[in-house]
Amino acid sequence: MVPLSHYLILSATLFSIGVLGVLIRRNAIVVFMCVEIMLNAVNISLIAFDRYLNQHDGQIFSFMVMCVAAAEVSVGLAIVISLFRNKATVNLDELNLMKW
Amino acid sequence: MSFVNLAFLVPLFPLIGSIINGFFGLKIGKDRVSWVACTGPVLSFIVTLVLFAGTLFHTAGTPYPEQSLFTWISAGNFHVDFGFQIDPLSLVMMMVVTGVGSIIHIYSIGYMHEEYSYYRYFAYLNLFLFSMLLLVMGNNFLVMFIGWEGVGVCSYFLIGYYFEKKSACDAGVKAFVVNRVGDFAFLLGIFGIFKMFGTIDFTEVMLAAPTTLIYNSEAATLITLALFVGATGKSAQIPLYTWLPDAMEGPTPVSALIHAATMVTAGVYMVVRCSALFNLAPLTMMIIALVGGGTALFAATIGCTQWDIKRVLAYSTVSQIGYMFLACGVGAYTAAIFHLVTHAFFKACLFLGSGSVIHGMHHEQDIRKMGGLKDHFPITYVTFLVSTIAIAGIFPFSGFFSKDEILYHALMDGNVIYWGMGISGAFITAFYMFRLVFLTFHGPSNVDPHVHPHESPKVMTLPLIILAFLALTGGLLGIPLIHGWHILHNWLEPVLAFDLETALHASERMLAEHGHHTSFAEVLHKAQHTSHNIWLEITLMVFSVGVALAGIATAWFFYIKRPELPGKLVKGQWGFNLVENKYYVDELYDETIVKPIVKGSDMLWKQADVRGVDGAVNGVAWVISFLSKIASSFQSGFVRNYALIMVVGFIFLMIVSQMEF
Repeated sequence: MVPLSHYLILSATLFSIGVLGVLIRRNAIVVFMCVEIMLNAVNISLIAFDRYLNQHDGQIFSFMVMCVAAAEVSVGLAIVISLFRNKATVNLDELNLMKW
Repeated sequence: MSFVNLAFLVPLFPLIGSIINGFFGLKIGKDRVSWVACTGPVLSFIVTLVLFAGTLFHTAGTPYPEQSLFTWISAGNFHVDFGFQIDPLSLVMMMVVTGVGSIIHIYSIGYMHEEYSYYRYFAYLNLFLFSMLLLVMGNNFLVMFIGWEGVGVCSYFLIGYYFEKKSACDAGVKAFVVNRVGDFAFLLGIFGIFKMFGTIDFTEVMLAAPTTLIYNSEAATLITLALFVGATGKSAQIPLYTWLPDAMEGPTPVSALIHAATMVTAGVYMVVRCSALFNLAPLTMMIIALVGGGTALFAATIGCTQWDIKRVLAYSTVSQIGYMFLACGVGAYTAAIFHLVTHAFFKACLFLGSGSVIHGMHHEQDIRKMGGLKDHFPITYVTFLVSTIAIAGIFPFSGFFSKDEILYHALMDGNVIYWGMGISGAFITAFYMFRLVFLTFHGPSNVDPHVHPHESPKVMTLPLIILAFLALTGGLLGIPLIHGWHILHNWLEPVLAFDLETALHASERMLAEHGHHTSFAEVLHKAQHTSHNIWLEITLMVFSVGVALAGIATAWFFYIKRPELPGKLVKGQWGFNLVENKYYVDELYDETIVKPIVKGSDMLWKQADVRGVDGAVNGVAWVISFLSKIASSFQSGFVRNYALIMVVGFIFLMIVSQMEF
């Protein structure tokens, strides 16, 4: 049986990769994908705990996360598309509209 | 309903007039403005007469009625009602204020008819009347003080009525600031009274005075001295008289109403109102008599050298108020009020007469450019002459009675120095007033050929005739010699009655409680043994009429018989230059008081305000903006920066949470 720590290390590694991707990559689509990686890393740890504790809340939670991720992707991609229409780029370094 | 409940109407009518004219005056037109402005004072006068009639039936020995409108201030044991006092003294003042005030309002219709801001003038004039009535009617020091300040403000407005003229604005500011000095002392006096008595109600204070203040104690002297300094400011006495001659920049009816008949006598009224306090402070009384007599003489000498018709009258006013204070100083309060009343008549008439001349001469005020005007101004001339004789003190004109009463009391209750100041002032008064008459109305004409003098319209001459009649007959209020015929004396007796014997015994008791055994028997003895000497009084009367006639004769000799003589006599005389330049008092004040204050204020402005206060405010703003700049550098607008900060912060928190403290 694979011990819990392996799952958690995998989850943490994936999460870190996601964080680094969000911080480093410039392409908005890739940043999005990294956010998804982070969410799924959390899912892994949720499922792992679910099995380990023999409770089923974790599965329910991970379903929730997936739903949120799906919704987030649809909204996020819509934002990216409208950004691209306005600016003709998805390079995040060129998008600093949040500064007054 | 008691008649006294009508009292609030007296100040209310002018207030309404002032509000209507002030807010709607420009819209309703000059005719309606005149109606509104003159109806208020006349109605007030009628109500005053009703109150007077009611007071005639007052039961002797009972307190005089007061009308309390509402409780104004109630804080701890400090309690002030907004109330009016209707007693013989305030009634005399109310009749003078509303009576002479109404006449001057009517006169103003003619004098001011060419003015554009006609409505503004009448709004101020009505407001003045309202304040003046508060001053004389208030039943406590605070209401009086409101009126006191109100008349000061209105005086400022009206002196600066021609605000396009720099000199008028300066004169207004000067009057206001000099008055402030006096008002400050007056306030200190009120504080002192509250401290000693625990109340500022006139009736209560005057009743409690003999048993609260010790005769000739520091408290009595300081309080009365502070009150008197307040009076010198408002009533233009040495050392605070300098504003009154400058106040002649205002329209002439204003000079007549405010700067001759009513406002400037407020100080006298206040001293008489507080006579119970002043009676306990012999030192203050001596100072008052000296200041009053000194001012009477001092201002009269300056009056001899002035060429502006209104300035001569202004110095004459200062001098005459000096007589009133001289009377107060020797304890002859009735004589002071008597002279106040007759002075209001003849001086208002003189000012209005000079206004009539100025009006007819198209705003020429220099008497060197007048002369021989009596044919052009027949009515003005006669009324002016009547008032001049009255002020000179010739029998049987009103000034004779009031001035002689003052001189008699100055000698009997005071001493020969007071009398000497008074009688020499009387000589000079007769001289400079007739100098004015001769230079203006007699002799060869020096009128500018382009000016065509003309008599004033009826609306201006009628007030002159009324006032001249009053100046002629006003003396009947106080017929001397015959016991019981002095109407004013009998009328004011209940207000001014003061039992010196009881007060002195009370003071002795209070001193004894503190372990001091002083006897005031000597003071009492002296006070009780000043008898009424009819023959001395008659002698003094004859003498003072002689002095007045001598003054007139001197004026006649110098300005009719030998008009070239005065110029030769005074040429190059340092004494004359000194007097002509008003003893350089203005210059002295300028150098010793005004300039240092201006310099100090300039320093405060440039150092304390610009550098200190502004520097501190701007410094705070600069520091905040500097800190904000640092904070704002975190807001780059790049989402990933924010994410990085979040991650770093999260890691930091994790590390901190794992640390062992």
